[in-house]
Amino acid sequence: MSLGDQLLQYLFTGITIGAIYGMVALGFNIIYSATGIINLAQGEFVMLGGMMMVYLTAIIKLPMVVSFFLSILIVTAIGAAFERAAIHPLKSPSVITLIIITVAASILFKGGAMFAWGKHTVSLSPFSGEEPISVLGATILPQTLWILGIMAATVALLILFFGFTLTGKAMRACAANRTAASLVGINVKTMVLLSFALSAGIGATAGIIITPIALMNYDRGTMLAVKGFSVAVLGGLGSNVGAVVAGFIIGIMESLGAGFISSGYKDAIALVVLLLVLFLKPSGLLGSRERAEFKKF
Amino acid sequence: MRKKGKIVVGVVVAIVIVLLLVGPLSIWRWVPVLRKPAVAYKVGAIFAVTGPAAWLGTPERNTAKMIEEEVNAAGGINGHPLEIIIEDTVGDATRTVTAAKKLITKDQVLAIVGPSRSGTTMAVIPIVEEAKVPLISCAAAEAIVVPVKSWVFKTPQKDSHAAVRIYETMKLQGISKIAIITGTTGFGDQGRKQLKKLAPELEIEIVADETYGPDDTDMTAQLTKIKASEAQAVVNWSIVPGQVIVAKNMRQLGMKIPLFQSHGFGNIKYAQTAGEAGEGIIFPCGRLLAVDTLADDHPQKEVLAKYKKEYEAKYEEDVSTFGGHAWDGLHLVIAALREVGPDREKIRDYIENTKNFVGTGGIFNFSPEDHSGLTKDAFEMLTVKNEKFVVLE
Repeated sequence: MSLGDQLLQYLFTGITIGAIYGMVALGFNIIYSATGIINLAQGEFVMLGGMMMVYLTAIIKLPMVVSFFLSILIVTAIGAAFERAAIHPLKSPSVITLIIITVAASILFKGGAMFAWGKHTVSLSPFSGEEPISVLGATILPQTLWILGIMAATVALLILFFGFTLTGKAMRACAANRTAASLVGINVKTMVLLSFALSAGIGATAGIIITPIALMNYDRGTMLAVKGFSVAVLGGLGSNVGAVVAGFIIGIMESLGAGFISSGYKDAIALVVLLLVLFLKPSGLLGSRERAEFKKF
Repeated sequence: MRKKGKIVVGVVVAIVIVLLLVGPLSIWRWVPVLRKPAVAYKVGAIFAVTGPAAWLGTPERNTAKMIEEEVNAAGGINGHPLEIIIEDTVGDATRTVTAAKKLITKDQVLAIVGPSRSGTTMAVIPIVEEAKVPLISCAAAEAIVVPVKSWVFKTPQKDSHAAVRIYETMKLQGISKIAIITGTTGFGDQGRKQLKKLAPELEIEIVADETYGPDDTDMTAQLTKIKASEAQAVVNWSIVPGQVIVAKNMRQLGMKIPLFQSHGFGNIKYAQTAGEAGEGIIFPCGRLLAVDTLADDHPQKEVLAKYKKEYEAKYEEDVSTFGGHAWDGLHLVIAALREVGPDREKIRDYIENTKNFVGTGGIFNFSPEDHSGLTKDAFEMLTVKNEKFVVLE
């Protein structure tokens, strides 16, 4: 392989990895945008989505399309139920209490998935075949294109939702100031419920589309969440476009680092970039400083 | 006399009545004491039942439970019931250390089987050495028994033997330049060391040396580098999901060179998960997975067939070599207990001098210089054909 071919392959690899990270990061943003908290169970929603999809297609043997939407629906319901059971009953929760609750939930979901589906790593057949597409000597899997497409659609819908619908604007208002939002007649608790449901749904979507590439088991959510969270922070918490851009940056840095320097240092390279950016611009690449000042995080 | 006789009769009747009333109670009270089971022999088992290495720990736990039931159903060890106390490490070194301390000080176990992982085993070695408790690890890394530690043994085949078998197979196929790609786990790292150490001896040249993290989702970057090198074959040394993703990524990049895996590939589920990308993978493995293709007069055949049949009947899942490592460890301890009784030091001595012990991993011959007890012949080279393991021809 010539150097040019290699470079292109590294870019493709970086885009694949970056798309996975970006997709996970999007889920963090929703709940953060609406409530100002970090949902540390976000990785588990991703895992639940992937595992549910494998369960529905491989065990129940439902068609792919049906299982896709059914999985998202079920995980969305789980997200909503979690909010009703654990977040809703609290009278005046502090941010830190809420975050700790999400940690507990993540352990619970992980344990539940372990008992329900066992501990084996599972795989899902790709949506449209496994034959790699060859572009100028480098290859990319069709599944990566699915991830990119679904991610683009998700981001577009989120931008429309938060920018142009009343509900979306109301959710943003809640995040900015709960008291003020409720004074102008927004039902804050409903918005919080909605944000959990939405982010569970997005997490599940991420889980489903990455499983054919990254495989899935009950334990994988936490690790995906760590990378996804770093990406969300790098992009600027709350910024969906930022999450996507940051995902690609981290992914491409990792893959170029592995290719040209050493695979042993690739995580270090990506993390150094993250630290540098946060050092120079604490609100993240596309996060607004003004907005960051409102938040407790 | 008649009066006396009446008194005697009366006393006898009274005793009988008392016995009838109280007797049964007192007899019932005495029976358990008379039949009181002999003191149980406690053996500790530390496995990664949950967590990232659950695929190792779960079959080990299942095997331990199966053996405990079996031994106790057959009347225990010399009349003493066997009690296996299983602790879950979650694959984490700190928890493993805590579990080992608990087993040694609180439960006062006679020996410990496990831990499942190389890293966690290394973490408990100082503890068992100090407490003088025999430990039979179910982890593969060479460093566990090299240099020899007086209280530490292991049942899986050695990494170096796996590396030697891989290199020998390569030479038969005329391969001399290879690439290695390893996970940055304890197992992957130890494998990398062995591969690098043994390559010159067997006239193999390593032209690319790549690594990846245990949670990485894509290895095409490392494999692109390998593809651009002169490598004629790739050796991947890691645990799931890495071993499956590497196979899939190689297929994506259109790499036609053969993929060799470590003995960590010994579970048919991995081959099935890899699907088409898994076909043709070559790896060294204990004979358990190829027992059906083993000659009837092979000394291991009986043990392997029995374990496979019982395990698969009881747990309704495919047997894996990892549970076999626990089988070997526990049966070594049971054999020692049967011969020398509950004495930690004597158990250690007995295991160290065990010869021709037929286990699932091979035929063990321990000695004071060798606490692994297996030779490289314990490995058979297997390959994946139609999602099944078959002996490589």
